[in-house]
Amino acid sequence: MGVITEFLKGLRVTGGTMLRTITGQELVTTEYPKEMRQKPQRFHGRHVLNRYPDGMEKCIGCELCAGVCPAKCIFVRGMDNDPENPASPGERFGFVYEINMLRCIFCALCVEACPTEAITMTHLFEMSTTNRKDAIYTRETLLMDEKGEVPHMFPDDELADMDELDVADGWVRATAPSGMTAYQGVKMWQGTPGPGDWDPEPEQSEIDARSPTEGDDG
Amino acid sequence: MSWPEFGIIALRVVVTFVLLLVVTVINVWAERKIVADMQSRIGPSRAGPWGILQTVADGLKLFFKESVIPRKVELGLYLLAPFLAIIPAFLIFMMVPWGRPFMIGDYEVTLQGADLNIGLLFILAMSSMAVYAVVLAGWSSGSKYPLLGGVRATAQAISYEAAMGLAMVAVVVFTATQGLGGTLSMAEIVERQTGTWGDISPVLSFVPRWNIFPQIVAFIIFMIAIVAETNRAPFDLVEAEQELVGGFHTEYSGMRFAMFFLAEYVNIFSMSAIAATLFLGGWAGPTFEGFLPGLISGLLPTIYFLIKTYAIVFVFFWLRATLPRLRYDQLMTLGWKGLIPAALVWLVISTVAIGFRQFGAPWS
Repeated sequence: MGVITEFLKGLRVTGGTMLRTITGQELVTTEYPKEMRQKPQRFHGRHVLNRYPDGMEKCIGCELCAGVCPAKCIFVRGMDNDPENPASPGERFGFVYEINMLRCIFCALCVEACPTEAITMTHLFEMSTTNRKDAIYTRETLLMDEKGEVPHMFPDDELADMDELDVADGWVRATAPSGMTAYQGVKMWQGTPGPGDWDPEPEQSEIDARSPTEGDDG
Repeated sequence: MSWPEFGIIALRVVVTFVLLLVVTVINVWAERKIVADMQSRIGPSRAGPWGILQTVADGLKLFFKESVIPRKVELGLYLLAPFLAIIPAFLIFMMVPWGRPFMIGDYEVTLQGADLNIGLLFILAMSSMAVYAVVLAGWSSGSKYPLLGGVRATAQAISYEAAMGLAMVAVVVFTATQGLGGTLSMAEIVERQTGTWGDISPVLSFVPRWNIFPQIVAFIIFMIAIVAETNRAPFDLVEAEQELVGGFHTEYSGMRFAMFFLAEYVNIFSMSAIAATLFLGGWAGPTFEGFLPGLISGLLPTIYFLIKTYAIVFVFFWLRATLPRLRYDQLMTLGWKGLIPAALVWLVISTVAIGFRQFGAPWS
């Protein structure tokens, strides 16, 4: 009679699941466009090219992101800055910057490779287009304007959530540079891309966010 | 036959047909919804309120799809098979009384497609016909997976039909003692299940006079057999999406596939209706005549019938969500070594018991 008890046990599992689903205790589905899920803090979304608070571009056209990209979807060409009217504080700036979003695997290696934190990722992921050419994002689309506003691809879309472009991904929030203990506890990231004011985290005191503690060389 | 009589017959056939279609459309949706609930999902939710129009949308889509005919098919049988599946499916339900007969003027209206005096035999015949659809579809497709599905259908349907028939015989023998003489008419079988068991013992006067109580073993055998007979999980070896790519209907598309699909769900409902009729008293139930308006009293039997049938249909869905598919040898073992001997033994036991009650012990 073991078969029959096992059979009844099985029926109990499915029947119980049905009751719990109907009452909403075990329902796992979120009906996506109607209700948006809270994304994880380190979500990898669309890229954005940042600026310094004074409006200078952070990208120096070093092509490290293009070199490290495993999908070979980034194309960068640097150009010397005009000394009279420089676009970036360095010698060169990213003159051409293209990302093919159809190839991108959102691994964020470009973000890790960037020496100036020029390229970061946001929380926006609704990027589908009906035209393959639209999937190649150029410098105009990626670069934020001087006020820190990031251009949205579909500003007229009713699903477009402009706030998603203001939320930075995990790398910008990550740990101290080069693993130096001197930077331990020092805030090295900002919650938003762009010319932020680097507020300390709620539990942190008002310490100089960018300088390591004195007398400790790690 | 006078014109009004002809009109009543035509009307009741059409109404039964439409009822079956509507119920099937709801069943397809209900199965997806219930199985979704059992798997912590939502199920269809976009077409209409709670997604109830999903089946209509799917049907329309299939209707406008191309019906591909592969090059290697046996054309005649290939085109015949879907009709062979769907016609018996509808004919089976024509035998099931789904409401209490009532009078309009001098004419009696039975809520049933047709009340044959050989109703049960006709049902057995038609459910055997439905097997041919699967076998012929599998063979005429000229492809290996449908052929395997067809071969499986032959063995499975034949072995489970025997158990189903024997369970029916037990009910027929029992029903014969409940009134004047034996009967195979479905309407008569339901009539004999009205009332309660009060005449046996006053304690039982609130227990309805359904066949399930004396024939519980036959009911269990019948339930297992009809699940196998309609090729539903866990006995869906004929379709077996994971191993046979859809089995006998692999090579069918468009409306021809839809006909197989429709036939399967029609069969689920009609087989459940037959189980409800044979064992759960069909439309029998308290109608509170005199307390309620005549219209509601007239409708209540139909509602009882639908409730009982849907309880069994729900078991079909529940089993599908719960049990994994049987292996082929397990299926055969259960059929030949389990159900058929059990049905035979039960038939003998119940017949002997009925004989004792009817005629007394032979030695007394």
